[in-house]
Amino acid sequence: MKFDKPAGKNAIDQLKVVGKPIDRIDGPLKTTGRATYAYEHQIAETKPAYGYIVGAGIAKGRIEAIHQTAAKSLPGVIGVITASNAGPLKTGRFYADRLLAGPDVDHYHQAIAIVVAESFEQARAGAALLRVDYVKSKGSFDLKKAGASATILNPGRPSTAATAEVSSFEDGFKSAPFKLDEIYTTPDQSHAMMEPHATIAKWDGEKLTCWCSIQQINWGVRDLANILGIDPKNIRLISAFIGGGFGGKGTVLSDIVAASLAARLTGRTVKITLQRTLMFNNTIHRPATIQRLRIGADADGTITSIGHESLSGNIPRGFAEYTTTSTRTLYAGKNRMTQLKLALLNLPEGAAMRAPGEASGMMALEIAMDEMAAKLKMDPVEFRIKNDTQVHPENPKRTFSTRLLVECLQTGAKKFKWESRSKQPRGKEEGDWLLGMGVASAVRGAPIMKCAARVRLSNKGIVTVETDMTDIGTGSYTIIAQTAAEMMGIEINKVVVKLGDSSLPESPGSAGQWGAASSTSGVYAACVKLREKVEQMFGFEPGTAEFSDGKVSVKNKKYSLSKAADSGELISEDEMTYGELSREFAQDTFGAHFVEVAVNKYSCEIRVRRMLAVCHAGRILNPKTARSQVIGAMTMGVGAALMEELVVDTNVGFFVNHDLAGYEVPVHADIPHQDVILLEDLDPTMSPMKAKGIGELGLVGVAAAIANAVYNATGVRIREYPISLHKILESSYNLEENN
Amino acid sequence: MKSFTYQRVTTALDAAKAADKTPGSKFIAGGTNLLDLMKLQIEKPAHLIDISKTGLNKIELNTDGGLRIGAMVNNTDLASHNVVRRDYGLLARALLSGASGQLRNKATTSGNLLQRTRCPYFYDTNQLCNKRVPGSGCAAIAGFSRQLAIIGSSDHCIATHPSDMAVAMRALDATVETVNVRGEHRKIPIADLYLLPGSTPHLENTLQPGEIITSVLLPPPIGGKQIYQKIRDRASYAFATISVGAIIYPDGSGKLALGGVAAKPWRIEQAEALLPKGSKLVTERLLAGARPTGENQYKIMLVERTIESVIQQAKR
Repeated sequence: MKFDKPAGKNAIDQLKVVGKPIDRIDGPLKTTGRATYAYEHQIAETKPAYGYIVGAGIAKGRIEAIHQTAAKSLPGVIGVITASNAGPLKTGRFYADRLLAGPDVDHYHQAIAIVVAESFEQARAGAALLRVDYVKSKGSFDLKKAGASATILNPGRPSTAATAEVSSFEDGFKSAPFKLDEIYTTPDQSHAMMEPHATIAKWDGEKLTCWCSIQQINWGVRDLANILGIDPKNIRLISAFIGGGFGGKGTVLSDIVAASLAARLTGRTVKITLQRTLMFNNTIHRPATIQRLRIGADADGTITSIGHESLSGNIPRGFAEYTTTSTRTLYAGKNRMTQLKLALLNLPEGAAMRAPGEASGMMALEIAMDEMAAKLKMDPVEFRIKNDTQVHPENPKRTFSTRLLVECLQTGAKKFKWESRSKQPRGKEEGDWLLGMGVASAVRGAPIMKCAARVRLSNKGIVTVETDMTDIGTGSYTIIAQTAAEMMGIEINKVVVKLGDSSLPESPGSAGQWGAASSTSGVYAACVKLREKVEQMFGFEPGTAEFSDGKVSVKNKKYSLSKAADSGELISEDEMTYGELSREFAQDTFGAHFVEVAVNKYSCEIRVRRMLAVCHAGRILNPKTARSQVIGAMTMGVGAALMEELVVDTNVGFFVNHDLAGYEVPVHADIPHQDVILLEDLDPTMSPMKAKGIGELGLVGVAAAIANAVYNATGVRIREYPISLHKILESSYNLEENN
Repeated sequence: MKSFTYQRVTTALDAAKAADKTPGSKFIAGGTNLLDLMKLQIEKPAHLIDISKTGLNKIELNTDGGLRIGAMVNNTDLASHNVVRRDYGLLARALLSGASGQLRNKATTSGNLLQRTRCPYFYDTNQLCNKRVPGSGCAAIAGFSRQLAIIGSSDHCIATHPSDMAVAMRALDATVETVNVRGEHRKIPIADLYLLPGSTPHLENTLQPGEIITSVLLPPPIGGKQIYQKIRDRASYAFATISVGAIIYPDGSGKLALGGVAAKPWRIEQAEALLPKGSKLVTERLLAGARPTGENQYKIMLVERTIESVIQQAKR
């Protein structure tokens, strides 16, 4: 099915199942430990061997030798895989990193060897016995220094252009009566998901099956085939449950390659999980940025010029962090300029992490907006509303399909009691705590991708949906079941959903906030076909029957749905593809974040008191799973604002804090109260589902809202994330100051 | 983890004897620190002596009115004990500010005292660390040192001792009781338990080989307002950036020890005389001779502010 004109009324609009806050259908499996994750699969009739990955002990250089005798003579050790016996390996098409080093080492903890043994403990002990001779070489580990020789990225397509200018930014900025020109920095961050990367690999002749934990099955097959140099048809990936991803498991990483190689070389089924301490330097992360924001405005608060330049670093062939994306869409302003620079770094690879680009870009832009409002003596909510735009600021002919930014800000301000915020910084105290409120806008693109699905109807009236879509904790199983139930007119407990298997029809997977809208649209397309088959069985004209309460009817003719499968299962498969609507319209999701913080006036410890997100993301398919997505994202925003930082040791060239004791993420005690308001507004330009993603929107802007609240509480403006207490202590902050 | 042998003993004396018999052995109780270190091969004991069943898990009133805490009493039981909650609030508060419920259920009193540093360079066997490999160098001093020591440190090591409990015990003038292979008992004031790094940061305490802690003695209750103020980036489950354990009396006098600043709970008794004169003078005396890095210099100001906060809280 091709979607090329805005959706009219359809079966989904009945909203008997879709749009309801239905509990996750996979919830009981997860809460009772019966959901089987990658590493937990018991492969029939095989005793697996265990692999243990050894990470490079240097940041850059060459491996002279890996002495293996001691490891190989350890009881239980089956073999050692290194670049010298692994065979030729290429890289994937999304991640640029080489997933097995040797002889060159490109970054710290890059995999250099895999020790395979009969038990995990033996493999680990064997790994510790490898002795490696390195020749170190100099590397580039300091983003600020590397920035001097960074490359400016060339302009490209509007949606991804690195560098753009509209009118004349420099002139506009120069002549503006009110100006802001500041530098903001964001650190490297880790996904730090609960379930480590893990794979069980098994070869049957040329056929390779991997039980793994990756978000995009189709990219996984493509990349694994490319890396190993085998036919993608010979690869089957199974990833039915994923214990968190956040972009950190987009496609193939070292665990899958290591397990596949180890299984091939030892002739065994091999299990590998990345040890926690390896995850931070071995895999990918959200790269650090240094951003310069310039905003010029008239005295009435109208932005006349806005400039955003951003530097990030990466390994050769790695991406730049697209921090300027939001700046290009969010606010009006005649003169505009955005620019991305990319420097060479020999740290681990920077790549996608939840709301890549937008999250770190908005961490800077939305502080800048707060600073500008203060300069203009305007309320920060009013300043944002004043500069709303209903057309794309770079191309006024392109309108937003829907855009309720103003409504998000207004609704939030009212609900949060924004009027009680002190207009002067450091205007509120409670015991030893200074209180402050902050706001930020949120914007995140609403991409939608082609997606295929297959649906089967059994003579018991059970509808089974099959697609290689994944559920990374988001609720995919549930919203897909809701879609099928709505389309076929049955209750949700009559739907079975099978996901995360490359032998099923291809989906775009869980990424880029496109999963929910794309996968349910694919299921919609397949269900439309199945409905036609059912109608045909009952002799109805296609598209005329009503599917409701397990029955199919036209006027007074009514049959049980299950009867259509009496003479055999009915199977339909289709793919939803898209026309030009996403070029015609700017399709985005919008929101507003409100935060209240308390800052201890002695220690400068920052504790969030309450948070509110107002989100506008098309049809909300399931308010319960959508809310969960948003509160999870808000929590991640607290981490980004206050504690998350992969600390770079520029002497050694690595992320020092590579475990969960050193890399702090928020705990329950950090998150006292969260509210979410979902402003529902259908977007018929997206798909027949009229839905958009929400999982990344919930994060964008949160950290800046917290930074702004800290300023409101203390009068101290911190422009370097995370906002650690020592930064406030070392600022102009004064303990004795009182109102 | 390297292969090791294991035995369980039922008395502290047997433990000491077993340790004497098998060089390279380690005592294991809750294992909340040792097992992690063994998996990373930072600790590589050839033999483990399990002391969890030695019966040293009682909290008893001492004849002098103080408390004898068995070495195997776990952190949860100690923090929730009636007498501890009533008379040694500082200790209960310090314990509850540390780790998580699950860890406190396993972690023992002596294990807590003897836990090792959380310096990230100590934990990564690829990095230079004099504590882990004597004489290899220290990557932390020129590296990421925000969490590390500002005083009592040396050019060889700037690691901190991570315990909260030990800070409270230091302020409360606790004494450690031990037994050795000859059955000799020894009382070590907690002030004398820990060693500063000097040029031998791998030596962390004054226990002799095979000597085992059997209990910790607390003196009779000393009253006062007992406050444990732990400063950290997140609200729970984090090691202290710095902490202050204090007992403050109505006249403004008191006792206090610091955590997160040195290789041991940091206390300078002479500084306490300055408490009535305010946090600035106390801190100057407490941290005289401090040698912070650029990254952890803020701790000096943070200590002063936190002491001030504690003084103010005691007035309420």
